[in-house]
Amino acid sequence: MRIPIETFRLPNGLFVTLSEDHTAPIVAVNLWYHVGSANERSGRTGFAHLFEHMLFQGSEDVASNEHFELVARAGGTLNGSTWLERTNYFETVPSNQLELALWLEANRMGKLLPAMTQQKLDNQRDVVMNERRWSMDNQPYGSWMEKLPALCFPDEHPFHHSLMGSMDDLAAASLDDVAQFFRTYYTPDNAVLSIAGDFEPADARRMIEKHFGGIPHGGGKPPLPDMSLPPVFGQWKREVVPDDVMLPRLFLAFRSPAFGTEEYYAASVCGAVLGLRNGSRLRRRLVRERQIASDVSAFTYDLSKGSDLLVIDATARPGIGAEQLEQEVAYEIDTIVRDGFEESEVQRAIAVIQTAFVSGMQEAGDRADRLSMFATYLGRPEAINEEVDHYQAVTTAHVNEFVRERLGENNRASLLYVPREETPNELVAAGNAAEAQ
Amino acid sequence: MTSKTAAADSKAVRPKPGPPREYRFPSFERRTLENGLQLVVAPVTKLPLVTVAVLVDAGAVCDPTGREGTAELAAKLMVEGTVKSDGGELTERFERIGASIDAHADWDAAAVTMTVLVEHLAEAFDLLGEVIRTPAFRAREVERLKAERLGELLQLRTEPGGLADELFSRFLYAPTSRFAHPDGGNEQSVEAIERQHIVAFYDTRYLPGSATVIVTGDVSVDQAEQLVRRALGEWKGGAAPRILGDDHPVKRERGVHIIAKTDASQSELRLGHVGIQRNHPDFFPVNVMNAVLGGLFNSRINLNLREVHGYTYGAFSSFVWRRQAGPFVVSTAVKSDITDAAAREILTEIDRMRAEPITDDELSLATSYLDGVFPIRFETTAAIAAALGVLVLHNLPEDYYDRYRERVRSITADQILAAARTYLHPDELQMVVVGDPAVVRAPLEALGFGKTTVYDTHGNPAL
Repeated sequence: MRIPIETFRLPNGLFVTLSEDHTAPIVAVNLWYHVGSANERSGRTGFAHLFEHMLFQGSEDVASNEHFELVARAGGTLNGSTWLERTNYFETVPSNQLELALWLEANRMGKLLPAMTQQKLDNQRDVVMNERRWSMDNQPYGSWMEKLPALCFPDEHPFHHSLMGSMDDLAAASLDDVAQFFRTYYTPDNAVLSIAGDFEPADARRMIEKHFGGIPHGGGKPPLPDMSLPPVFGQWKREVVPDDVMLPRLFLAFRSPAFGTEEYYAASVCGAVLGLRNGSRLRRRLVRERQIASDVSAFTYDLSKGSDLLVIDATARPGIGAEQLEQEVAYEIDTIVRDGFEESEVQRAIAVIQTAFVSGMQEAGDRADRLSMFATYLGRPEAINEEVDHYQAVTTAHVNEFVRERLGENNRASLLYVPREETPNELVAAGNAAEAQ
Repeated sequence: MTSKTAAADSKAVRPKPGPPREYRFPSFERRTLENGLQLVVAPVTKLPLVTVAVLVDAGAVCDPTGREGTAELAAKLMVEGTVKSDGGELTERFERIGASIDAHADWDAAAVTMTVLVEHLAEAFDLLGEVIRTPAFRAREVERLKAERLGELLQLRTEPGGLADELFSRFLYAPTSRFAHPDGGNEQSVEAIERQHIVAFYDTRYLPGSATVIVTGDVSVDQAEQLVRRALGEWKGGAAPRILGDDHPVKRERGVHIIAKTDASQSELRLGHVGIQRNHPDFFPVNVMNAVLGGLFNSRINLNLREVHGYTYGAFSSFVWRRQAGPFVVSTAVKSDITDAAAREILTEIDRMRAEPITDDELSLATSYLDGVFPIRFETTAAIAAALGVLVLHNLPEDYYDRYRERVRSITADQILAAARTYLHPDELQMVVVGDPAVVRAPLEALGFGKTTVYDTHGNPAL
């Protein structure tokens, strides 16, 4: 399966990827800025994400919340997201609305600052604080999103600190910070624009030149520090977290090769052999056969700088203690390190990945996002067409070599959630105390 | 400061849309096999992929009283082993050809759904036939899935959002309604389910005359029929009687139900009442009305709570569509100390919806969104299969998707006002708050909304 790809670069540095598909009158516009929480300076954690919110608050020609309204009125969907290494913004619209989506993206890339106000910043700071409460603080196990990278990366490493940011840092963010961040990172030469779906490339190119062409080249961004790390942690790192949860849950991470490298594919297949769908090794052993876990999965972060993480996520069955959970997962991993995987396990994983890849190419928005990912991290959107070949080239020997090198005790980090002792009577008493007041 | 004015002045620079390109929902064909099995096929040739969904009239509304959760367990067990292969081996047989296979029961139906590359379709289809016709329901797997459900219920006690949803239903429907209890069953009802009950449920509900096979993707209607005949042509057994859920609301005054979670940084808030059924004649005006009230990002409720007040990350309303009346619910999570203020704003928006017609701008925003986004909803074989499932499940007309957009466009502000006045019932609202009683109780009482009661996480009143 190959998708058509055309690329060009505007004089101001904006890199563009086009992929036509006329099966439905739908087009996806997807913009990746090569900036994420890794680029934040200390004391300003959470800023990349807060900034993402500010980009929906209007620009010189677009009123606050009008971005949402114009896209909705056009019959489109939209969103944005922030990650350690990048921030993305995207719309899927009826194909006759392509120019509107491009204009909106260009307007906020070129003319954001005149529309920024303290009131908008204060409002979105409140929204983000509520997002933090909702997704992390008031969610069982919710803190894993910031605790796991903190455990796995050294203190001063750009991937160490929280993406969502601390409440204190969020409170300290000022309008000046917004302006400085914008001028530094939201420049055409630090962005990749992908369009997938129903459009004529010549029309798209004309629209892109018209709306993005006048935006000046940026002044460069401060380089990230050296992000390379040794191939293994060098020890078994451990953190135990008492939390308001009913069942123990273990995140077991291994340092693994960065996204985009040759070795990444063996790591990715290893993750699928371990924990992708019900036939995977850990689901079969721990959920079905031994009934230690109620659920297990495995995934990679897909970090492209320095090194990546391969993570096993296992939740205990009722009656299984936290220590036992950790020991049993470790036992399964030790067995794999000793004996390796069977050929059939690796072939199963590759077959499942292949179906998922084709499935994932159905939506224009997903296609555009993958193109932006390859363009941003590797400078080669065409790499999307090599994905299936890369996975099919992975052999059992490759995966087992990866297992021996990276799943040993000198390369493990466990984040173990343990139920905090519950006292339901106390909860009830609190309610009645309130009544007495 | 001047952005609003600047925006208004510069409308001229906004790109105008080009002429819209025509879109039609994928055409589909229905066939019926001699054993009563229905077949719906939508050929879609974009990618070498096929989704097959077997829809069976065996949803949670069919659960025997006292053994709620049977339908969900039975559905999940369908893919946990056949007479020929145990669960591990069966999974392996699907996954070595890359097929994804999932089974699940919702309120109205059970669905076994498979997506596979077309090169493996024939083999996968035969496997699916084996699954549907010869499930083994091995005792070991029955016990395992029961334990997993009990684990889920345990987890729910500390998951504020899920807990709010579950208890909201309990405070909405009459205790005799199946809808008052979780679709997957509670601790007692799941404990009471034994292998024999699953087998009996399968024997009486999983019948070809009560099932529809939906095939979408890179396959012709004739090919699909041939595959279905080979896999399921010999499936015997007639049809099961249709069971409709009891959707009576509980007889109750407005009330505030606080589920105690001390030190919660946020309150999970649900506010609503029993709504209407999916194939109701007023579905379209109600759907557009809800879009304006709380269905879109730019809805009244979300703009008010999120963008004006910064109370929340998001606030939405929905009518939950079932064969019988599902809930109408406003959902949000808000900072604990403004729970009362957020509730007041939601009540104000519900009242305002009933008090006066929406503006032309609001109407055109909602209708042009629902109209325009229509093709974007059906990009995948799985989404098209799900849409055809809705058609089958709710007996919608064959041209439902062809006429959907013109019906949305025809809705007027008067119809929306009428829908709001007819289907939003401020007097019947129940409020559920999972949060810290020490913080939220007194302010919520001061709202004067209704009697306030504190419960534990099982929904038992505190003392």
